[in-house]
Amino acid sequence: MANSSTQLGITFDRVEKRFGALLALRGISLEIHAGEFVALLGHNGAGKTTLLRIAALLMNPSAGRVSFSGCSEDPIAAKQLIGMVGHSTLLYDELSAAENLHLFAHLYGLDDVSARVQSALTSCGLASRAGSLVRTYSRGMRQRLAIARALLHGPRLLLLDEPAAGLDRQGLAWFGATLARLRDDGCTVLMSTHARNESLELATRAVSITAGRVEHDSGPAGDPRPLLDALRAEA
Amino acid sequence: MKGRHTFVLAVTTLVIFSGYAALFIAPDEKTMHEIQRIFYYHVPSAISAFIAFFVVFIGSAAFLVTRDEKWDILAVSAAEVGVACSSIVLITGPIWARPVWGIWWTWDARLTSTFVLWLLYISYLILRGLLEDPRRRASLSAIFGIFAFLDVPLVYLSNRLWRTQHPQPVVLGGQNSGLAPGMGQVLLICFVAIACVMIVVLMDRYQLGRLARECEQLRYEVESRTMDSQSASRGAR
Amino acid sequence: MTTARAASILLAKELRLEFRTRELLNSTIIFALVVIVLFSFAFNPTAEDSRRYGPGLLWIAFLFAGSLMLNPSFAREQANETLDALRMAPISSFAILLGKMLANFVFLSLSELILVPAFSVFYNVSLSGITGRLILVLVLGTMGLVITGTVFSAVSAHARMRELLLPLLLLPILAPQLIAAVEATASLLTEQPALDRTWVAFLAGFDIVFLTAAWLLCDYLVEE
Repeated sequence: MANSSTQLGITFDRVEKRFGALLALRGISLEIHAGEFVALLGHNGAGKTTLLRIAALLMNPSAGRVSFSGCSEDPIAAKQLIGMVGHSTLLYDELSAAENLHLFAHLYGLDDVSARVQSALTSCGLASRAGSLVRTYSRGMRQRLAIARALLHGPRLLLLDEPAAGLDRQGLAWFGATLARLRDDGCTVLMSTHARNESLELATRAVSITAGRVEHDSGPAGDPRPLLDALRAEA
Repeated sequence: MKGRHTFVLAVTTLVIFSGYAALFIAPDEKTMHEIQRIFYYHVPSAISAFIAFFVVFIGSAAFLVTRDEKWDILAVSAAEVGVACSSIVLITGPIWARPVWGIWWTWDARLTSTFVLWLLYISYLILRGLLEDPRRRASLSAIFGIFAFLDVPLVYLSNRLWRTQHPQPVVLGGQNSGLAPGMGQVLLICFVAIACVMIVVLMDRYQLGRLARECEQLRYEVESRTMDSQSASRGAR
Repeated sequence: MTTARAASILLAKELRLEFRTRELLNSTIIFALVVIVLFSFAFNPTAEDSRRYGPGLLWIAFLFAGSLMLNPSFAREQANETLDALRMAPISSFAILLGKMLANFVFLSLSELILVPAFSVFYNVSLSGITGRLILVLVLGTMGLVITGTVFSAVSAHARMRELLLPLLLLPILAPQLIAAVEATASLLTEQPALDRTWVAFLAGFDIVFLTAAWLLCDYLVEE
């Protein structure tokens, strides 16, 4: 179980990924230090999702490697500290919200499961519908639950792929507040987006990906605002 | 190239000689006479099929360990060759059985086992046909290839045990039949001939597979360069 | 987190999912019953014939019903890509596979619990005195079916025509298992029932070989 003092950084070393004809990533080298909040910018198809999935250890790169600082080499130890919100909700439709969270709490080896699940549901505003099957949830509610699921085990590296998609106003507010709290807590965040998003205010660094390569990088000490402003101008 | 031509020439000669040996040199069998001579192709084909399926196993395991595609190509080539050899066994069996026993098929151990293996490796080829992504196709069929070969001894064993409980007419060279001295030598020659044919076909099929793969790679290269230049020109606009 | 603990958590999830909808169980049982009834039209069994054909019929019914039931196993994880969620969790890939195998074993065993008595009623075959030994044979045979079936359902989950592909892959592999299970069952249904040690050892050996292979290859099975 990770405590708040664990810091996790991630390094991509000349990472390539090929899917048959498509070379999705063409040599990405990026060092992200613990505690950074990185906004990953780029059009659809640029390779952001692929990069995040490789970071989540869901797939291996075709060339190059991914390594973590702040935890052991063992991928299972790393997985304990990583949380991801992807394109799909990663939830079982035929289970209730509470049952889904219970399942993942157990899989991540958390103690005091009932209390944690209850507090997670209350925090994202789903406590009143905790017993209903996810199948009956609206899009916004599912996205909220998906985010709650990713945060349940207190990850120190958060990988977010268009996390705000489908969230309603209340959900957005909750999400923004949660992200701010996590960033202050020293959690490392890698968030991909192709559109304007209020959470981008929290970013400490902006990296834009084009056609599988890093095009611009504001760097760990630099100012992400110019790149973020360019994004807003496009939207 | 020249080496291959010489080898093919040598194998062809050996095959012709083995045919002659099987038909004329081998001693006459007491009860079945001429039809028994099919034995000289039936049994070696069965052994060659087994060797081919072993190569599928090696290719599958090597692919999973090294991720080098050439092992995957070797596996599929060997599977095709193995299916061909098994088909020969399944055809020569009935050809022998009909005049001797009056029935087309006997459920004897070897014939039944070969039939199961034939089905197994045809399934392997069908699986490959239904998997579209090349990487996945290679990994998943490698897993099936390993499982299939692990099944081979179990298939033979179960059929043998079953046959001792339910005796069936035996096709050619079962456990009880003895081999006259002349027969053993001819059998060996035919086995070498068939094994060599199998090797030649395997090597050719493997080469074909490698070339096809290379063409595919080149096509990918061209496609991705076209995509690159298209997006670059779009960006410039 | 040990593999055993992770697998049991996943088993609980599978059971909860299945008992909520019961779609798999219902279909499997009804299908096997249909097979048994159809066989009775095809073979018109007398008590003597039942003893001879019965074991084969029973195991063929299990085999068909089982191979139809196994497909949804991994297909279920494709809905919201929940398989990704499992792969991201700090558990081994064998735990994921084992959880599925255990769940499939439970479902198939439940079906057999209904089908074997039904079979004994329809075909007038007495099961008294052999129940314990019959259960042993059923368990070992079902394990073989479930182990290979779960592995191949993972293999065929990505292929086209997977409903047809799974039985096609599974049945040839299970041929030895079928022979062994039928012979072992048959020797229990004779006038003087006896447990055929050879065939039972064969069943156990089959299970061990393929479980070991599944364990060694599980990473390749579950990966993207």
